[in-house]
Amino acid sequence: MNQPAIIENLDRKETTTLNLGPTHPATHGVFQNVLEMDGEKIISGVSTIGYIHRAFEKIAEHRPYYQITPLTDRLNYCSSPINNMGWHMTVEKMLGIQMPKRVDYMRVIVMELARIADHLICNGILGVDTGAYTGFLYLMEQREHIYEIYEEICGARLTTNIGRIGGFERDFNDIAFQKIRKFTKDYAVALKEFQNLFDRNRIFMDRTVGVAPVTTETALNYSWTGLILRATGLDYDVRVNEPYSSYEDFDFDVPVGTTGDVYDRYILRNEEMWQSLRIIEQALDKIEKEPKGVFHANVPEIYLPPKEEVYNNMEALIYHFKIVMGEVDVPKAEVYHCVEGANGELGFYLISDGGRAPYRLHFRRPSFINYQMYAPMSRGMLLSDAIINMSSLNVIAGELDA
Amino acid sequence: MGKISNQAVLQKLSNSFGEKISVPAEPYGLLTFETTKEDIQDILKFLKEDKELQFIFLTDITAIHYPENSLPIVVVYHLHSFVNNVRVRIKVSLPDLNPTIPTATTLWEGANWMERETFDFFGINFEGHPNLVRILNVDDMTAFPMRKEFPLEDPNRVDKKDFFFGR
Repeated sequence: MNQPAIIENLDRKETTTLNLGPTHPATHGVFQNVLEMDGEKIISGVSTIGYIHRAFEKIAEHRPYYQITPLTDRLNYCSSPINNMGWHMTVEKMLGIQMPKRVDYMRVIVMELARIADHLICNGILGVDTGAYTGFLYLMEQREHIYEIYEEICGARLTTNIGRIGGFERDFNDIAFQKIRKFTKDYAVALKEFQNLFDRNRIFMDRTVGVAPVTTETALNYSWTGLILRATGLDYDVRVNEPYSSYEDFDFDVPVGTTGDVYDRYILRNEEMWQSLRIIEQALDKIEKEPKGVFHANVPEIYLPPKEEVYNNMEALIYHFKIVMGEVDVPKAEVYHCVEGANGELGFYLISDGGRAPYRLHFRRPSFINYQMYAPMSRGMLLSDAIINMSSLNVIAGELDA
Repeated sequence: MGKISNQAVLQKLSNSFGEKISVPAEPYGLLTFETTKEDIQDILKFLKEDKELQFIFLTDITAIHYPENSLPIVVVYHLHSFVNNVRVRIKVSLPDLNPTIPTATTLWEGANWMERETFDFFGINFEGHPNLVRILNVDDMTAFPMRKEFPLEDPNRVDKKDFFFGR
């Protein structure tokens, strides 16, 4: 009898291997995922990362403390100021320096502006990935205004290197304050407009509601932090749990979600932006009550003196020289400091042996830790859902790869 | 800051593990202690599952290299208890040559990439890890770049040498 040789192949499913990335426009960064596809469904995926690894931890072991700030810029480049401030605060914690309240409030303003800039990009991109470009452009205009404020404060726009260890390099000028006040008013209008476009949009909701839901248990198991953890219903926010930079003085809410799906994360990002605006407005009012012109702590041994003093004053010259050469006295110490980054808990684990550079510096990068769930959670998902899931995780390649 | 003091956490640990908890300290208010690789999994499990402590969250795993120590590789765990709002840092010292330590992926899925990163940079073999391969560096790399003997740049280069201040 003739056995049909191919009969067992008839119901065998053919799968396709798909390289999503590393430079696919929908991934918004260098992410590679090798996906095993059954039609439009993902059967399994393997994430490959490290395409823009720049060895920051190794470089940091060879740089004086103040030269590490520009490295932190390049972690999460959508919200560089938060990284900068986190690093400054880590060193200040090690040295035991207390900042004046006014500096704390100035830092809060900058950090919350950065948080808004980060969230608005993420939500804008989510709109683009679901097929609506308009909202992205509305918000992008506002990011430009945030960058103008950065420019007024520190001169840079994207990789800001904002502030110094011990305070700010200069005071916010009047134009900066005007721009911040104007921004808080304009942004409220723009965000409202953006939300009107998306929040109850039928197409947007069909694409996002119920996509990639995550339970709190799973999120904790994968060490998720930040907004995506809060979207699952757990209210962990570093700003509240371990307040830094005088966050305890501010009155704001920590929004939490219920299902942890893409729509929840979207709603939460918008809500956090409203809260950030609230914080900025409070900070502006608080700054007015503080003594004018205070923009750094009185720590001449680590804070660069003004140039006129360097030219005319012996002590200032000595300090200037020591600081620039990285010969600042630091204690032997082991510090862990974390801030609420735009993506989660951004931690700095610093070990000093008293030398000019850290003995070891480790960045706890939220994107790196959050992203590892991406491939497992994509199993059984449609490719188009996996794309918007990636957008809403807000993984930033620079922070992922360090 | 936390609802439970560092002393209470340490007391509870000492009651269960006794001598296995060594060199307790509180640098900048964060409870730190050392243990050995034989006990690390039990201690992590205890901290995670204890009803009162509830260190359910693994913040980070990383390592440090102290070339002059007799046990030069130190693996560092940071745990966090949300309920009590308190953190703890655990250190395990390992030998230089072929260091091995049991994996934490049995307790937290999130330990997977943290351990891969630590393996990638320090060459620590996490026993029982499902997929211990390089993560950030290229696959065919042979060195472990975060060890202190690995130079930042090509040591034969002279154009970047700073003869006055030594770099």
